[in-house]
Amino acid sequence: MSLLEVQGIARAFGGVQALQEVSFAVETGQIHAVIGPNGAGKTTLFNIISGLLRPHAGRITFLGRDITALPPHRISRAGIARTFQTLALFENMTVLENVMVGRHLRSHSGAVAAALRLPRQLHEEKRIREAALGYLSSVGLFSKAEAPVSALSFGQRRLVELARALATEPRLLLLDEPASGLNPRETDDLAQLIRRVRDDSVTVLLVEHDMSMVMDISDEILVLHYGRPIASGSPAEIRADPEVIAIYLGGEFTGAAC
Amino acid sequence: MSQIVQFFFSGLTLGSIYAVVALGFNLIYSTTGILNFAQGEFLMLGGMTAVTLARFTPIPVAVVGAVVIVTLCGGVLEILFFRRLRRPTVLQMIIITIGLSIVIREVALHVWDEKVRSLSYFTGNECSSVRVLGAGISPQVFWVLGTVALVVLLLHLFLHRSLVGRAMRACASNPEAAMLAGINTGRMRTLAFMLSAGIGALGGCVISPITMTQYDSGAGLAIKGFAAAMLGGLGRPMPGVLGGLLVGLAEAFSVYFGMPAAYKDATAFGILVAVLFVRPQGLFSSGELQAGAQER
Amino acid sequence: MNTGKTAAGILLLTLLAVAVQVGASVSGRDYYLTQLTMAAYTAAVVMGLSLLVGYTGQISLGHAGFVAIGAYTSAFLSTAPLAHASGTALGKSLLRFHVLASRPELYGDGTVVSLAPGLAFLAGLLLAGLVAVGIGYPALRLHGHYLAMATLGFGLIVYRLVLGTAFLGAADGISSVPPLPILPGVACTGEPGQRIANYYIAAGFTLMVLLFLLNLTDSRTGRALRAIHGSERAAAATGIDTAAYKLKVFVLSAILAAAAGGLLTFYRGSIGPSDAGAMKSVRYVAMVAAGGMASVWGALVVGFVLTFLSLRGCFGSFDDAVFGVVLIVIMSFTPEGPFGPLRTLVVRFRARRRPALANGESEKEIPRVVA
Repeated sequence: MSLLEVQGIARAFGGVQALQEVSFAVETGQIHAVIGPNGAGKTTLFNIISGLLRPHAGRITFLGRDITALPPHRISRAGIARTFQTLALFENMTVLENVMVGRHLRSHSGAVAAALRLPRQLHEEKRIREAALGYLSSVGLFSKAEAPVSALSFGQRRLVELARALATEPRLLLLDEPASGLNPRETDDLAQLIRRVRDDSVTVLLVEHDMSMVMDISDEILVLHYGRPIASGSPAEIRADPEVIAIYLGGEFTGAAC
Repeated sequence: MSQIVQFFFSGLTLGSIYAVVALGFNLIYSTTGILNFAQGEFLMLGGMTAVTLARFTPIPVAVVGAVVIVTLCGGVLEILFFRRLRRPTVLQMIIITIGLSIVIREVALHVWDEKVRSLSYFTGNECSSVRVLGAGISPQVFWVLGTVALVVLLLHLFLHRSLVGRAMRACASNPEAAMLAGINTGRMRTLAFMLSAGIGALGGCVISPITMTQYDSGAGLAIKGFAAAMLGGLGRPMPGVLGGLLVGLAEAFSVYFGMPAAYKDATAFGILVAVLFVRPQGLFSSGELQAGAQER
Repeated sequence: MNTGKTAAGILLLTLLAVAVQVGASVSGRDYYLTQLTMAAYTAAVVMGLSLLVGYTGQISLGHAGFVAIGAYTSAFLSTAPLAHASGTALGKSLLRFHVLASRPELYGDGTVVSLAPGLAFLAGLLLAGLVAVGIGYPALRLHGHYLAMATLGFGLIVYRLVLGTAFLGAADGISSVPPLPILPGVACTGEPGQRIANYYIAAGFTLMVLLFLLNLTDSRTGRALRAIHGSERAAAATGIDTAAYKLKVFVLSAILAAAAGGLLTFYRGSIGPSDAGAMKSVRYVAMVAAGGMASVWGALVVGFVLTFLSLRGCFGSFDDAVFGVVLIVIMSFTPEGPFGPLRTLVVRFRARRRPALANGESEKEIPRVVA
């Protein structure tokens, strides 16, 4: 059984068909990339998988369970975490607090316990903090823990988002253009980090424009064009696919963003 | 029968004033993204200024003078309070306009005191009436309906035919693209405030003989204008006019059908809340509420 | 965790409250305590609202409606005569178990039997909670301007209903509300002999609300609320049930408002429609804004001080105008509240070399309601 199965997803906005007949499967332990030109429907696909948008047709199963109609927080609870292309950090909090929010699912204390400062709640709060600091160090931002997120560079903010997503202990991590806005060095570090995440048995599904990174780290690639899948396979197969080459105008294929 | 006609005209008259308020909301909202909670105050200011001017000049001159003055006020408000905000949050904009409405009201209280005033009837007096299907209708009602119809028509032509109007609509649908196309969006925003204030002032003048004007009469009009704008779909000027007429008629006929008069005002608020809960995109809009409204 | 800081703050505030009472009594200015008591209840409403508006980012322009629900329910149920009850066996046993209460008739020498004030008070909380669920469930799916209008509409409906309903006293409101017994010999009432006791009842209530909210905001729940404010979709994608949290906070702040409204009514002995007015709701929001939005302490201090000054008549005929100006100035210049930039100044002063953060200019995306 595949970890995530997407079957016949379709979604339109007004009269524009953003996605149609999109089907693919993500296998456990892989890094699976979705590529395609701007407007191919990649972010829409992510929004549908993570429950922020409803598909007009199709079915998504995760760990054998239908998650198509679930609201985002239930999908998150099922074990899918995500980052956003246009960062969605909690600007009103510190770096550490952002990651602590990621532990929400892994903690239980309610309002009453908090209001009464029950020992159980204090203990849990300490554990949340320690775990969050752990995730922050794993992305190399331990020293920024108490800084407000607004004080971070763009690349660092991406990492905070990643740490927050990882803090939910997901089975599947969706990364929406994690390398956009990063410089080449940061991108290399990110590729390393994504591999490490995969090695920690978190399956990764990513949308990315940076072709060299995608070709470098992916086990499996799906190519979307105008909302339709036109090819899928290993990086080598995709590189050799005539239709894909035609879309990317051959030469630009190995270049960066298109 | 004559009673129904009476209620119908009374609803239509009130409704056309709500339509004017809704028109003002929508103009500013679609151009600037600001929902101007001080919209009702423009009507109050218009009425009050005209009453004061009418002491020295004939009514037509007083009305024109009031419209000009309030139009300028609208422009000044935008320049003073909104132009300097670079990236205002919705909460910020709501609160600032609420603050403005309070301050304008309080200034009006200190300038004009608490007395209820009204312009005299444009033609005839409070006793004269025109017979329509057996019902006696005040001539001022026709002044209101005629003025509002003319304003709606002119505004429609302005927005769709004139270069400036089109530029304004461009700001509404996509400010960045409009800016790239060389439209001075800042000036368009000021213009939207001025137009909206001017239309409001005119509405405030023509209704003044019927409903009277007091320093705090703006707030009630504003909330009914909201209901109207919501019925039509926020940001859509012409459907908002229709929404205004509907709210006015609903209010009039709720009394006709036995709603205690004390609860009359609750009708419009009930409509407002019901529309928001059931169809926030408005009655006449087919699509879903746009993505931006769902996810701030 | 700021348990130590919180405890120190509460302790300091308690001492301050005692000092103010002693000072007022010694200097023969006991009458100040009346306004201080009323200001404390208002501050509690403002703190509850700051949880909703400041922390969770959901505006309510109708909170006076919830204050009125608490106040009117308390007043109506504790004064409505249940004439038939006193004679029946059931009525007698209910009287014995303090479900009903009797009090001397105002004009005449009979007695009137009504629901016990304590139960009337609780009924007010319950009703406010239920109404908040009914209103909040559909309203909180709305954002920005739409939510503002929905809550404003709700507040106006409550206002119109209390103003137009005869059994709620219409324009006169309800008066001669009986005292709410709290301890033997101590009651929430406006009787002059109980003035000092009532000052401490209000202070105790407000301090409890403060402690509760401080602990709540500094916890997993508090982070979830701030996350919803920061980015609702990111909060949802992180596993936070945003709809449920928003509703719970709405209900909680409504119940707090109703509790403060109820206590205030027993204290004053009366309630009128002006307390349900839209301007009251706007004042609450103004005080939340001036307190720094997401700040329980700020809400307490500003809510208390501004209300006290307003009750003392310090703003004269500019009473409403002051709140309007506060709204405009705060939102135009320091939307995160006046204390943020102040704190920044202090930090800058202490460590000149450390680059200070511009607190007033957050880098939030422009939240456009319609794309």
